[in-house]
Amino acid sequence: MSTDTVIKTPAPSTLSAARLPRWAPLVVALGSAATAVAIGMVAGLHSRLQWGMIAALLFVVASYVIAARVEGQRQAKDRLATSLVWVAFLLAIIPLASLLWETVARGSKVFDMYFLTHSMGTLGDREVGGGIYHALLGTLQQVALASLIAVPIGLLTAIYLVEYGRGKLAKVVTFFVDVMTGIPSIVAGLFVLTFWILILGFDFSGWAGAMALSILMMPVVVRSTEEMLKLVPNELREASLALGVPKWRTILKVVLPTSIGGITTGVMLAVARITGETAPVLLVVWGTNFINTNPFEGAQSSLPLYIYQQYAAGNSASYDRAWAAALTLIGFVMILNLVARGIARWKAPKTGR
Amino acid sequence: MAKRIDVSGLTAYYGSHKAIEDISMTVEPRSVTAFIGPSGCGKSTFLRTLNRMHEVTPSGRVEGKVLLDGEDLYGSGVDPVNVRRTVGMVFQRPNPFPTMSIFDNVAAGLRLNGSYKKNELNDIVEKSLKGANLWNEVKDRLNKPGSGLSGGQQQRLCIARAIAVEPQVLLMDEPCSALDPISTLAIEDLIGELKERFTIVIVTHNMQQAARVSDRTAFFNLAAIGQPGKLIEIDETERIFSNPSVQATEDYISGRFG
Repeated sequence: MSTDTVIKTPAPSTLSAARLPRWAPLVVALGSAATAVAIGMVAGLHSRLQWGMIAALLFVVASYVIAARVEGQRQAKDRLATSLVWVAFLLAIIPLASLLWETVARGSKVFDMYFLTHSMGTLGDREVGGGIYHALLGTLQQVALASLIAVPIGLLTAIYLVEYGRGKLAKVVTFFVDVMTGIPSIVAGLFVLTFWILILGFDFSGWAGAMALSILMMPVVVRSTEEMLKLVPNELREASLALGVPKWRTILKVVLPTSIGGITTGVMLAVARITGETAPVLLVVWGTNFINTNPFEGAQSSLPLYIYQQYAAGNSASYDRAWAAALTLIGFVMILNLVARGIARWKAPKTGR
Repeated sequence: MAKRIDVSGLTAYYGSHKAIEDISMTVEPRSVTAFIGPSGCGKSTFLRTLNRMHEVTPSGRVEGKVLLDGEDLYGSGVDPVNVRRTVGMVFQRPNPFPTMSIFDNVAAGLRLNGSYKKNELNDIVEKSLKGANLWNEVKDRLNKPGSGLSGGQQQRLCIARAIAVEPQVLLMDEPCSALDPISTLAIEDLIGELKERFTIVIVTHNMQQAARVSDRTAFFNLAAIGQPGKLIEIDETERIFSNPSVQATEDYISGRFG
């Protein structure tokens, strides 16, 4: 624990009061951590989790008590809230950081150009080697096809709801979008399996997977686009209408350009979401070890499905492949997010002189 | 070519709420008509009925007649888009399009309507910016975003945008209420120049402004909150401010109520 001495002078000013130095929170944090480690060792607690919990508790209590003694009640409450936020932040960051660390550490073992450009082919489960080319190709095709279906429908639905929707129909559409948001991905897969493959008699294919994925994607696109369109100030619409511009051109040339950055971000997030979907792909794309460049015919593979199958094979070679594929998946989604951010910044309404 | 507006028996609603009731007046061409009155008395609503912007608000509807040189704006088969091309509007808060440059903002009306020739566009933009007394300030940065201008410049940009489509009538809804005195003066001077070419209707809370810029003044009032606003009187500005015929007008102008 820190032993910082605070010089207490009789305050001549009513405005200034005793303050803890800027480095106080850091010292308190380090002190709490050290104390927690000491307590843990003495008490013989093996779990690091317990050490962390003791440290967090000490940090919150200590910053409150110290601040209460030096700075007074109101400041102490402020410090309490701040330290709670910090603890919560750390709690949230730990799983994320350890997940990334774990994936990179395990995934980089077999992750290289060969891995990205070769399929599994006839390679046995236990053999070292092989790659994810077929799965990567499948994911890209399925996600692209799903976006091709879901993005236009989602955009148009959102435009209808925000710009035109009045009365019963708009309410019904909003309700069904809400319902669609809650559809579990396996149900979307089952629906396509039943309707497209069992009833209509088509083969398993990437296209079937894309249809299931688009069902999951649509409500996300609608919701995010809706929010972005609502952010466009009404004054801009009125300014355009008052110039004698028809409503559809106002939407196309004023409303959409103003919100395009946010809409792109929303679409990219929706893409990122469906990229990781496993259940519908498992049901209707089926999976294969060979390269199938035609998404409309025959089984394909996809990254999440590949990870699942490799992990299920259960030996060290396939574990390595599963982790490397997971790394690829995370990298793919991250690149998508960066691209979305780039577009959002590039297209954002310009200020400045 | 400015046009005359004849309004008769105009009543406007928001849903079931009657905002203004039974308004009849004539707006002379090539003149400035000012609307004054307390907040909530329906001046802006009435202004917006003159180019059918009132019905843009969901649940907004209108009864009565607005004749533009004898043609009813609310007649059957009248396209509100055409009405708004003929009757332009400037809003209370400057609202340039944030995604567009200064040039594109002025050209927006023509471009979005698709009714222009490419080689004419530069001339029209220059003429409009000169007409709005903004040309000298922005001629070196026409490609910069319009939102980078000051508030007063933005408002003049919006006026340039409105006059670029060559309307017959220009409606202004408190165009100076968000501006400092110097920008206000610039816009008042501009109004004086614009009335040579357009019929101008201006809503204002500033009675000195009404007295300075307008030829005729209309006073609106409402009996109580929740009651519809009504036109109390309309007359030559000089008469309204010196010797109004209704007591309420005199009370309002001399600050004795409200």
